[in-house]
This record gives sequence, C-alpha cells and structure tokens, in this order.
Amino acid sequence: MKGPHAFAQKHLLGVEHLSAEELTTILDLGDRFLEIADRPIKKVPTLRGKTVINLFLEPSTRTRTSFEIAAKRLSADGINFTASASSTTKGETLIDTATNLDAMSPDIVVLRHSQAGSAQLLTKYIRAAVVNAGDGQHEHPTQALLDASTIRAHKGKIEGLTVVICGDIDHSRVARSNIFALRTLGARVRVAGPRSLLPLGVADLGVEAFDRIEPALEGADVVMMLRIQLERKAGGRFPNTREYSRYFGLNQRRLSLAKPDAIVMHPGPMNRGVEIDPSVADGPRSVILDQVARGVAIRMAVLYLLGGGNEAVE
Amino acid sequence: MNLRPAPPERNLVERSEILDAVAMARVLRRIAFEIVERNGHDTYFVGIHTGGALLAERMVKLLVEGGEKRPVLGAVDITLYRDDVFHGLPKPEIGPTDLKESIDDRVVVLIDDVLFTGRTVRAAMDVLADYGRPRAVQLAVLVDRGRRELPIQPDYVGVRVQTTAEQSVQVMFSELGEPDRVVVRERSGQ
Repeated sequence: MKGPHAFAQKHLLGVEHLSAEELTTILDLGDRFLEIADRPIKKVPTLRGKTVINLFLEPSTRTRTSFEIAAKRLSADGINFTASASSTTKGETLIDTATNLDAMSPDIVVLRHSQAGSAQLLTKYIRAAVVNAGDGQHEHPTQALLDASTIRAHKGKIEGLTVVICGDIDHSRVARSNIFALRTLGARVRVAGPRSLLPLGVADLGVEAFDRIEPALEGADVVMMLRIQLERKAGGRFPNTREYSRYFGLNQRRLSLAKPDAIVMHPGPMNRGVEIDPSVADGPRSVILDQVARGVAIRMAVLYLLGGGNEAVE
Repeated sequence: MNLRPAPPERNLVERSEILDAVAMARVLRRIAFEIVERNGHDTYFVGIHTGGALLAERMVKLLVEGGEKRPVLGAVDITLYRDDVFHGLPKPEIGPTDLKESIDDRVVVLIDDVLFTGRTVRAAMDVLADYGRPRAVQLAVLVDRGRRELPIQPDYVGVRVQTTAEQSVQVMFSELGEPDRVVVRERSGQ
C-alpha cells in the first residue's frame, strides 16, 4: 500500500533495493526540509515524543552530528551511544546491545558499525525502525541520498548525467551506495582509481571502470572524489599518498577535462593535497559544503518517513 | 504499516453546490476588500497550503485589479505541525512555507478554503509563532462548515453551511484543472 509519499519501507538499510520513485520521494521531502534551516526557529514539532538513538560503534563525527541535528530539528529526543562510551568496549555483543536498547522502546535506531550487514542484523532484535548510517564496506544510504539531492539541485536532474566516482572504490560504501542510487535514477556512472582499489567485477554494478582518471573525467557532469581511507588499509594498495596524488588527485588541470559546468563533490573528511587539490576543493565548482547542508535535510526526510510519515493511507 | 479504513473522501457523491465560479469570485472579492478596509494596506496575506494559498493569491490579484496597493503575500504548509500527523489521514505532500518578509508586528490574515474542526488553523498559528510575533492574527475562510473541535472562529467568512460529520466540503480550483466551485459531498445512500 502506498500513500502520496511513495515510501513503504520500515527501515532504511541501503539504497540498492529502493525504486526510483522511493528515492525521489526522499529527495523531494529533503528539498522541503532544507528550508527549515533558514527559519528563525529551526525546529518543527513533527516527531515530538519520538526517541531516536544514534548508535555509532565506529568513529564518525560528521554523520552523527548530522543525524543528531536532523532529529532535533524534528523535535525528536535524540540519544547518542558512541563506541568509546558504550558497553561494546566492555565486551557486549551487538545483539545484546540491541536487545537492551529495544527494552527502552526507541522509535528509530541509527546504526554506524564496521561490519557489513550489521544494520540488517539489528532489525531482527529490535522493534524500532533502523537507519543504516554506514555498515562496513556495504552501504551508506543517507550519503548517497544527500549526494543525489546535491546533484539534482545543481543540475536540475540526475537522469542522463555522467558521474565520475574516483578513488578507493573497493573499500567504499559511499561509492557502492552512490552507484546503486545514481544508476536507479538514470545516471551514467564511471568509477576511476588504481586497479588495486577497484573491486573485482565492478562492471557488474553497471558502471564503466577506468584505471586512469583522465579518460574518466572527459565530458563528466559530476566529479565525486573519495577519501583515501588510510585507516582501512588502503595504504597497502598503492606506494604512497604522493604518488596517488600525482596520478589520481583532482587538480585544476584535470578538472578542465570535465564539462565546463561540472560540479565537484567529496563526502568528507578530505585529505587536502592527496585526492583533491585545495584550489579545487575551495573553488567555484565545489559543492562540498552544500552536501553537508543537504545531509541534514535528507536525514530529516528519512527520520520523518520512518518515524511515521510513511504510514499514509491510500 | 497499519491498515486503516479508507478516508471518508472516498466514494462520495455530490449532494449540493454551495458556490459556482461567479459566486466564488464575488465572495473572494468581498473578503479581500473587507480585509484591507479593516487593516489597511499593510496587511500580510498568508494562505494555508494548498487551497488557502491559491485563494490568497487570487485575493491579492483582485485587490491589485481593483486599484489597491499590492499587499504582502505569504504561504504556510502545516503538514509538519498537525496534531494528527501520523494518524491515518491521507497525507498531503509537504508544500512550501514562504514567509520571507518578517511577520513581526504585522497584521497577518490566515486564509483557508474550508474551516471545519479548527485544527488546521491551530497548526498554522503554531507555524506563525515559529516565525515571529505578529501584532494580530485574523482568519478568513471561503466556507465555514461548522463542527469546530477547538475554540477558533473566523473573522471573515465567504459562506456558512450546516454539514454533518460524514459530509465533505470540497473546493475546486481552476488552477488545479477543474472549474471553480464549492460542493458538499456525502456517501451514496445517505
């Protein structure tokens, strides 16, 4: 049964299985929620009395803060559990953490975890709606949604655009979620990076793979640079960051290969001077801070839908 | 997801016409001029999305055509402020809230198409409170169908009709692809 908001999911675990209609519902709502940030009182009473638990068992400041602000702007009560402060450091399993949280009757649990599939696992042990805020190398759905929202705002559409995702594709849940979302919405997706950082069978995801950045950039509408995740052992896949920067870093010269009105994106945090040159990151084509602003709005849309906004009557 | 009974707007037949296009235009013109007469040209017209917003736009246009100074026009969407936001009403799309010019110390006239329980107006007043502190808030409606559930009354009324709870009052707009008119509908067989 679908209401006027075509979104009938109880959880948001990934974007792989969402339809173009469902993705568009979230993007449209996100556009509406964006305006709340400009109000004198940046708050609406919609989720009053609902409890949102941010369970972040992997370090993340930006995504957690973004979800926290989103929950507060909807008047939900937000509680943060972070890895260092939680019982997981005392040896509690994710399932025990989940059943304990469930006993406190939250309405939505936002999970960040280093294991792929952890969000899916959580849904079996708690009654609350679960939002995947990044699970291992699997998915990071709200990042892909905020990226799609940013692209749509700057380009007016997504269908038919050529989007380049460059960097550590193999370790990147951001790349995976973006590939799924952008393909569903009708974009052509190219991925570029050293062969050692491109997953085997990447073409099966419906993308064009390049082991050099220059041909990938030609005629691109959107250039999305990924962070070199040194903490995920990506460092062992190429000689050093200086060489990576020389062959794959986005500088003005390389950016000139893309369309003149191409936009530059980065999910953050940036390694300035490694995957992206500061002159590009701070340049007129960079929409990186717009991504951050839209992140809050998209997360508000997701919390709104999962908090009850999807229960529209046909 | 909870399965709920279909909302009462379904399977309804038309019972009577309250206003046709000519009467609707006449009523709107009267209300628009009444508002300006009472409050002056500084009045802030704020339509409640969707029907009220269309009516507010028309009123402003009628005033300008009638040689009056163009009043400030705004709009509010109350979806996020409903007291029944998650309780089984068909959800409208979230519309734009546009109060770019400050409402502080202004006379704001909220405009809606149909006044029924008063809950929409209550929500709209909450939206206004988040944007500032108007000097006064007044209410103008095209149709007052009675059956209030809150202590809210209109300052300007196009037409009053007695209705039962099961009936539905619908305003049709040429902007939305139908000829202008207001009708009462009810379930067939009643």
